[in-house]
Amino acid sequence: MTTNETVITTKDVRLYYGEHEALHGINLDFQKSQITALIGPSGCGKSTYLRCLNRMNDLIHDVTITGSFKIDGHDIYRPQQDVVSLRKKVGMVFQQPNPFPFSVYDNVAYGLRVQGIKDKKIISQKVEESLKQAAVWDEVKDDLTKNALSFSGGQQQRICIARLLAVKPDVILLDEPTSALDPISSAKIEEMLLQIKDQYTIIIVTHSMQQASRISDKTAFMLNGDLVEYGDTKKIFLNPEQEATSDYLNGKFG
Amino acid sequence: MSTVFEDRLEKLRQNFTDMGVDVSEQIYQSTKSYIDHDVKLAQQVIDGDGEVNGNEIKLEKHAMDLIALQQPVATDFRVIISYLKSSTDLERIGDNAVGIAKETIQAKGNPRMPDVEEVIAKITKHIRKMLEQVLEAYTTFDALIAPTIVQEDHKIDEYYQTTRKVITTGILANPETAIAASSYLMVIRLLERIGDHIVNLAEYLVYCETGKVVELGETDQQLS
Repeated sequence: MTTNETVITTKDVRLYYGEHEALHGINLDFQKSQITALIGPSGCGKSTYLRCLNRMNDLIHDVTITGSFKIDGHDIYRPQQDVVSLRKKVGMVFQQPNPFPFSVYDNVAYGLRVQGIKDKKIISQKVEESLKQAAVWDEVKDDLTKNALSFSGGQQQRICIARLLAVKPDVILLDEPTSALDPISSAKIEEMLLQIKDQYTIIIVTHSMQQASRISDKTAFMLNGDLVEYGDTKKIFLNPEQEATSDYLNGKFG
Repeated sequence: MSTVFEDRLEKLRQNFTDMGVDVSEQIYQSTKSYIDHDVKLAQQVIDGDGEVNGNEIKLEKHAMDLIALQQPVATDFRVIISYLKSSTDLERIGDNAVGIAKETIQAKGNPRMPDVEEVIAKITKHIRKMLEQVLEAYTTFDALIAPTIVQEDHKIDEYYQTTRKVITTGILANPETAIAASSYLMVIRLLERIGDHIVNLAEYLVYCETGKVVELGETDQQLS
């Protein structure tokens, strides 16, 4: 495995819902040009952890987060951190595709317009670029004015990814992005992630062991709010250190 | 399937083809060295065996990674299993070729039996043709060749039996040839074993195409 630049460093991450500690001190680093898969049974804290990385948990009542989160060396929980610009840098894709109820074009152009870009030529160019990168251009190029919601789930998800790519994030967080999709659409998204990964730091929460093994460079296995094992995907899938990792991968629990 | 999978499978295919070419060359050179009494060539075969063994390990690692990380099923799974199983037989064929090369070095300088050496040359030609046919079939995973391979192997077995008799009679007639004769016995045995490994290669072709695990050498009816 090549050593890439570490983009995200998190140390002793603890998250409390009221008094209840849901994450028990997670230490994880993420590198550029790599896909890292977070796996573990439901309720193990993987999505909760993922949402810490673009401060989505801030919106939840009575949540306390401690520990250190650094992206490119900057503490993302520092008081002067602008959350909107953080979420621009750290984009997120959810389980259910959530395009805005506008045209495909306006969906992808949305973030650019928010940024204040007015030049139509530049916007059109970036829309096309992003849709191409998200591997959905060929399917939507003749229907750019059609409502994004009229496309299939798989296409909607890729439109959402294009919308995210348009604002040029550094980090892409994906929370079970294909669990609502059929195998062909899932394969398209996996293939697309592999194609774009060189330019980004990608973290994906997935319940599909196959997906984790097929596309990720590194895998982190979490259980009951603890990080059990983290390492090269090949190592985790062929020869994990922990018995619990092996048991989970073999479907013995979870 | 994804292009990543296709790329990796292609690499596996390339590993296998390389191994096939190397092993075929090993047989050619070791038997040539034996028939020509060429100790230098024999040594080359012995020295080159590390590469074949290294290729086998590489292929095995590739295959294991593919199975564990890409979790192939159906046809893709059978293709990978066929490569994995046949790489072991290819490597064994290579070992047997090295055995022949070692005999070249040991037998040099002793009185010989020219007629036996002629038969050995003939068997070798047969074996190489069999290997080429089966490796050719692997490029398309076409198991149609299997019955032919089994028939060819029966011929090799017959050659083996008759040549053995010729050799023992030869020793009785001229005891000075005993050292060479023991070497001949070894070489024809090694060639016969190579034939069996080639039949195994044909078995994995049948598995790949039909999903059936067969033992082709034993009974012919499984072929129909």
